[in-house]
Amino acid sequence: MYFPASHLWIIPALPLVAAAIGALVPRSGRALASGAAIASMVAAFFVSCLALHTALADPAAHAAHNFAWFDVGSGAMRLGWLLDPLTAFMCVMVTFVSSLIFIFSLGYMKEDANFKQFFCFLSLFAAAMLGLLVANSLLLLFICWELVGLASYLLIGFWFHKPSAAAAAKKAFITTRIGDLGFLIGLLWLYDSTGSLLFFDGGHGVLEAATLTALTGKTLVCCGLTVSTAIGLLIFCGAVGKSGQFPLHVWLPDAMEGPTPVSALIHAATMVAAGVFLIARVYPLMSADQVLANVPLHALTVVAFIGAITALLGACIAVAQNDIKRILAFSTVSQLGYMMLALGVGSWTAAIFHLLTHAFFKALLFLGAGSVIHAAHHEQDIRRLGGLGAKMKITFATFAIGMMALSGVPFLFSGFWSKEGILHAAHEWDVSHLPLYAGLAAVVLTAFYMTRLMAETFFGKSRSHESGHAHENSAVMTVPLVLLAACAILLSLLAWPSPWLQHQLDPSAHSEPGGISLMVLSIVLVAVGIGSGWAIYGRKPRATEASPDPLETAAPDIIAALAARLGFDELYAATVGRLNSGFASLADFMERWIWGGAVTLLARFGEFTGVVNRETDENTLNGGFDSVSHQIRGTGRAYSRAQTGDAHGYMRFIALGFVVLMLFVMLGGSR
Amino acid sequence: MSQLQLCLVLSSFLFCIGLIGAMARSNTILVLLGVELMLNAANINFIAFWRYGPDHAAGTGILFVLFSIAIAASEAAVGLALVIAVYRHQKNIRLQEANRLKG
Repeated sequence: MYFPASHLWIIPALPLVAAAIGALVPRSGRALASGAAIASMVAAFFVSCLALHTALADPAAHAAHNFAWFDVGSGAMRLGWLLDPLTAFMCVMVTFVSSLIFIFSLGYMKEDANFKQFFCFLSLFAAAMLGLLVANSLLLLFICWELVGLASYLLIGFWFHKPSAAAAAKKAFITTRIGDLGFLIGLLWLYDSTGSLLFFDGGHGVLEAATLTALTGKTLVCCGLTVSTAIGLLIFCGAVGKSGQFPLHVWLPDAMEGPTPVSALIHAATMVAAGVFLIARVYPLMSADQVLANVPLHALTVVAFIGAITALLGACIAVAQNDIKRILAFSTVSQLGYMMLALGVGSWTAAIFHLLTHAFFKALLFLGAGSVIHAAHHEQDIRRLGGLGAKMKITFATFAIGMMALSGVPFLFSGFWSKEGILHAAHEWDVSHLPLYAGLAAVVLTAFYMTRLMAETFFGKSRSHESGHAHENSAVMTVPLVLLAACAILLSLLAWPSPWLQHQLDPSAHSEPGGISLMVLSIVLVAVGIGSGWAIYGRKPRATEASPDPLETAAPDIIAALAARLGFDELYAATVGRLNSGFASLADFMERWIWGGAVTLLARFGEFTGVVNRETDENTLNGGFDSVSHQIRGTGRAYSRAQTGDAHGYMRFIALGFVVLMLFVMLGGSR
Repeated sequence: MSQLQLCLVLSSFLFCIGLIGAMARSNTILVLLGVELMLNAANINFIAFWRYGPDHAAGTGILFVLFSIAIAASEAAVGLALVIAVYRHQKNIRLQEANRLKG
């Protein structure tokens, strides 16, 4: 079946309708709100599959449908929909993962009083995310981008009565706003220099050769960068904020204050991947300066190094965290760093492949964590959990699959193949091998902290009252886990025996099989990570919640620093925060004394002229007007005496007048 | 006396009755009745001058009378509505007492 690009709007419209329903039904309409959300998501999934089928028929085509939004000046602001394999794969992934997470939420949020708002927000988020994916205009993408940010804000702060959740929501919103400012400036600059924001527009779009050549031809005076590099880096700012890249990664771990399905959907699987998607979408723009050898900086080099730093940093910090969701959050930061790294070294297809596999197994891990938290009465500290493997068999098995996919256990799991693609691309990169080393180090650390998480949570014996009474959740929560686990394994088929997905995404790219030596090296590293993790945490399980962590006793300073997240929050509070509050105090001082004084002076002057005015009025002008109006009143009184209110009297006067008139006529007639 | 003169005498008589009724009665409805009588006296004049005038083929008198009847009807409607409004305020329709708006 053929699916035209002009009908792509259906995909985001479905959840938008569900969000409207969720917003309009009364609080008691729980079944209606959740039913509409899930039904619309499943329908959107099938529509997306149809779109994918159409897109794969001709993978190289960028089927676009553009239309004018409004006229401005002599031109028109145009928006559009775009159907290509990148959009279609992302839509299928988002709708599939969202459907399962919506279903999971039925169980997880069962007791929440604001159940129907939750589904309303989730649908709003899904609508914005899908709108972002199908957009053929950077402007439309930006609008949806901000809507996604809004939905994220609403959902992180869903339990707003908790001060920490309200603060986390605010932090996420403001931190991403910093990146979005760069994005907005880049967008305006792009519009200024090309006159268009459409991606593909029959040769005139910003991602097409003619425009890109024009952009790389222009050079900035001050530093020798080409215009395309500068715009690319500004757009990358937006991706840094949204995808939690260093140095704006601080909001993502705090975002775990939201309900766990939200963490799974937004802060692991889909929304944070929007930054990676954005860079993959504008990849022709980002890589336009690659053809020039004599520019001081390539945009993609920055992307690669930021990604490498983030991948390593996230993995290091995850080692020292104790909250099950925070470990997964830092793991997400690290994996997003991998994706950026892949984009930077020039393999955007590897990045998207990792994005897709990561979405499935990270959603699986978060839902598994949600299942654990739900069963253990909202206990999230892994030191207080333990021994859950025997009590929650399905959760345990699926979580183990997710853990192995994330760690990159070879051959059977999708994570292995996608990570391999990234390492291979980093190996091929001829600028520097530092990102490759950072990636390899993160492989060990990832395997290590995931093994620690498994060992502490599911093995040993129960270390608290809450985890002691845990039991497996109902089917509405376990079935999504099983489906996601199946996907985490089956997605390997997209990369093995041949890199089918990467070929579909970019038919022009030549993909050669990765080197065997690199593959062996990464397998060895995974084995080292899992082995050391098991040796330290698994063989001798923690006895009580207070017993010390083996690593902490070995290197207390390093672990303490990592547990404090390397002090980024404190650093920002001490620099940006203090600068901001200093500026605020200065503004307050100016307002209170300088501007306030000027305004008071002006007011006093106004008051003085007012007094003078009144004196003149009362003593000179008023007297004249008073005497005039007194006269008028007297005249009026005299005339009103004639109005006696006696109707018969009036009639008598009329008759008399008539007689007098007749007399005049008669006497006049005789003359 | 010619027929025209007879008609004019009749109408003058009618007019006088109406005028006296309008001036002397205190019941507002009867005052209105007097006004109607005066109007109809004028109508008789119209008809008479048309009928015995020089050119009674044109039908001008009848047209005037039709207009004046229509106006009399609407005037009666307004007048009676005023009477009802007055009654609501002072619980009777004595014309002498309807003088609240005097100067």
